[in-house]
Amino acid sequence: MRNSTFSPKLKSQASMLMKSKGMASLAAALLAIALGLIVGFFVMLIASPESAFNGFTTMLFGGLGRLGDVFYFATPILMTGLSVGFAFKMGLFNIGASGQYTFGMFFALYAGFMWELPPGIHWIVCILAGMVGGMLWGFIPGLLKATLNVHEVITSIMLNYIGMYLVDMFIINNAKMYVPNMTRTAYLPSSAQIPSLGVPNSNVNLSIILAIAIAIILFVVLNKTTFGYELKATGYNKHASKYAGMSDTKNTILTMIIAGGLSGLGGAFAILAPSAIAGSSMTYEPINVIAANGFNGIAVALLGSSNPIGIIFSALFISHLGRGGSLVSAFYGYKPEIIDIVIAVIIYFSAFAMLMSVAVGKLFRKRNRGEVVRGPNASLTNHVKGKNENKEA
Amino acid sequence: MDTIIYLIQNMLPVATPLLLVALGGMFSERSGVVNIALEGIMLFGAFFGCLTVYFIDGTTLNPQIILVIGMLIAALAGILYSMLLSFAAVNMKADQTISGTALNMFIPAVILLFCKMKFNSDGITNHVKFFVKEVPGLSKIPILGPLFFEKTYITVYIGIVLLVISIIIFYKTRFGLRLRACGEHPHAADSVGINVYLMRHSGVAISGFLGGIGGFFYSVGIMDGNVNGHTGVAGFGFLALAVMIFGQWKPLQIFFAALFFAFLRTLAYSVALIPFLSSLNIDQTFYKMLPYVATMLVLIFTSKKSRAPKAEGIPYDKSKR
Repeated sequence: MRNSTFSPKLKSQASMLMKSKGMASLAAALLAIALGLIVGFFVMLIASPESAFNGFTTMLFGGLGRLGDVFYFATPILMTGLSVGFAFKMGLFNIGASGQYTFGMFFALYAGFMWELPPGIHWIVCILAGMVGGMLWGFIPGLLKATLNVHEVITSIMLNYIGMYLVDMFIINNAKMYVPNMTRTAYLPSSAQIPSLGVPNSNVNLSIILAIAIAIILFVVLNKTTFGYELKATGYNKHASKYAGMSDTKNTILTMIIAGGLSGLGGAFAILAPSAIAGSSMTYEPINVIAANGFNGIAVALLGSSNPIGIIFSALFISHLGRGGSLVSAFYGYKPEIIDIVIAVIIYFSAFAMLMSVAVGKLFRKRNRGEVVRGPNASLTNHVKGKNENKEA
Repeated sequence: MDTIIYLIQNMLPVATPLLLVALGGMFSERSGVVNIALEGIMLFGAFFGCLTVYFIDGTTLNPQIILVIGMLIAALAGILYSMLLSFAAVNMKADQTISGTALNMFIPAVILLFCKMKFNSDGITNHVKFFVKEVPGLSKIPILGPLFFEKTYITVYIGIVLLVISIIIFYKTRFGLRLRACGEHPHAADSVGINVYLMRHSGVAISGFLGGIGGFFYSVGIMDGNVNGHTGVAGFGFLALAVMIFGQWKPLQIFFAALFFAFLRTLAYSVALIPFLSSLNIDQTFYKMLPYVATMLVLIFTSKKSRAPKAEGIPYDKSKR
């Protein structure tokens, strides 16, 4: 390898780019995705070897033919992903996105069925109601964590179950919402449905645009406001930020309320969507199962390395995989659970992919030792260290 | 009196998996690794245990022998699955909560995929009668006989034996002392020549062993020998974590905490049989939520003074002193 033929300036620029934080997390995410896909391919090989290759390519590229659906299914997981990622920034693990999502969905449904409002306003009120529902369910673990030091992971898991049981009970006992012989909720009045974007054969609606706008707002809040700065500072080092005069209690509660509100919006966006059949809407079946979209949000947040902009892309990617997966099961007889396995493997590897990419970076550095700028690379290892250390408390 | 006997008979098979899994969590956390993957480990053990039972059912073996064979396979499966966690947590120094969550998400998908392909259903259904009507001889003892030796599963007795063994290993052996040292102050432990990585791997492996058995016992004692990818173990792995915290990471206290939770759950599912509770006419859903609400309340009252292992959740790095 004779790298020295390149101009030194260009080379140092390239290595700066390689070692910047964003690039490192992108590389980490791509590495995790690649490993997840390889496992998925092997599962397909075992399940039915003859159509594995065609199945795999369909899984990878099948979603491209149905972009409307990709956007539609990306909306809720984009919101839960933002919720989990936002809490991550402060060092909180919001595993309760599922319960907040369910509660938001219920509040949106309630506003949709029980309140009579003019068409232009009704769906907006329903969305806001969903947000309030999620905020409520995020507030509880936040309050308990901030005041009584109860670990948010356990409380929010318990709240997932409690919320699911409560919502199912409320819905079954409400004659206006529930159709007993369908064991599902009725169709929402059209005034409560979010306007469709009019893509043929797809449910995609205005909410994807709202969701992307919210992600951009969150990016600004995190990077350009005092609150965002305090939040990240608390996430890096709880004790130092407390010493600097930031209120840990207030920020914890506020973060969980916002995270809950984001998940609640996800639930509202999912249930208020008009379906492709004219006049009908999405329905909910109360069968005591915890909402999967909440847990998929964890995958989305990790893949996007908790960056709101990254989360937009990772939500689209996971949704794209999901569409590919449903095509694979329709054409080649593979079961759609393959996608769940791929997603779980991606999360597993993304938990330590950051470290793997640091290791790869070190390998890279050893080759051209002496010409490398030390700065950004040191800050990267510090970042990883900080992440581990804030688990201490 | 009949109601009390009924409740206790039904409580013990529920308490056993909670007890074992919480003990597993204790071994893992006292060695310094947060084990949020207990739910997944349980389900993995339950799956392989039930699969084994499915294959050896129909042979002339006694149902109780089948149970023990299933248990051993479940334990082995649990150990293997937990190694994925300890590899991530100890070798790769990954975030332990996240890798645990990934393991929890992985196994239900695997079960659904496998069972849909092989049985065209959501789970494995077995028809082996594990139920013990009465233990010959012992069931004749007044009061104690009907309480502990009638209408039960041998899982309860195995659970008690494992509890005793756990207490001995934890408090009376050199290994137990070293394990606990690694959860409190790994650097100090390392400085006197204890292999922290090995201790943490062992702690997680023991949690896999107990978690796998606990998962299989959940299938036996609560699901009648079946396993299902949709319902899984209904949050028992997480409840076990709460039991462990409530029991302050100590074996005997964990035992009583497990009994307490199991009692609440049994009560919730037998409301119709208790005249007083059924006359109150409260929606069944509230009783189903009871164990989860109780967990929250217990944590609220105990978390302020709870004493978690000091080095829990922090990857051990030799170079960081």
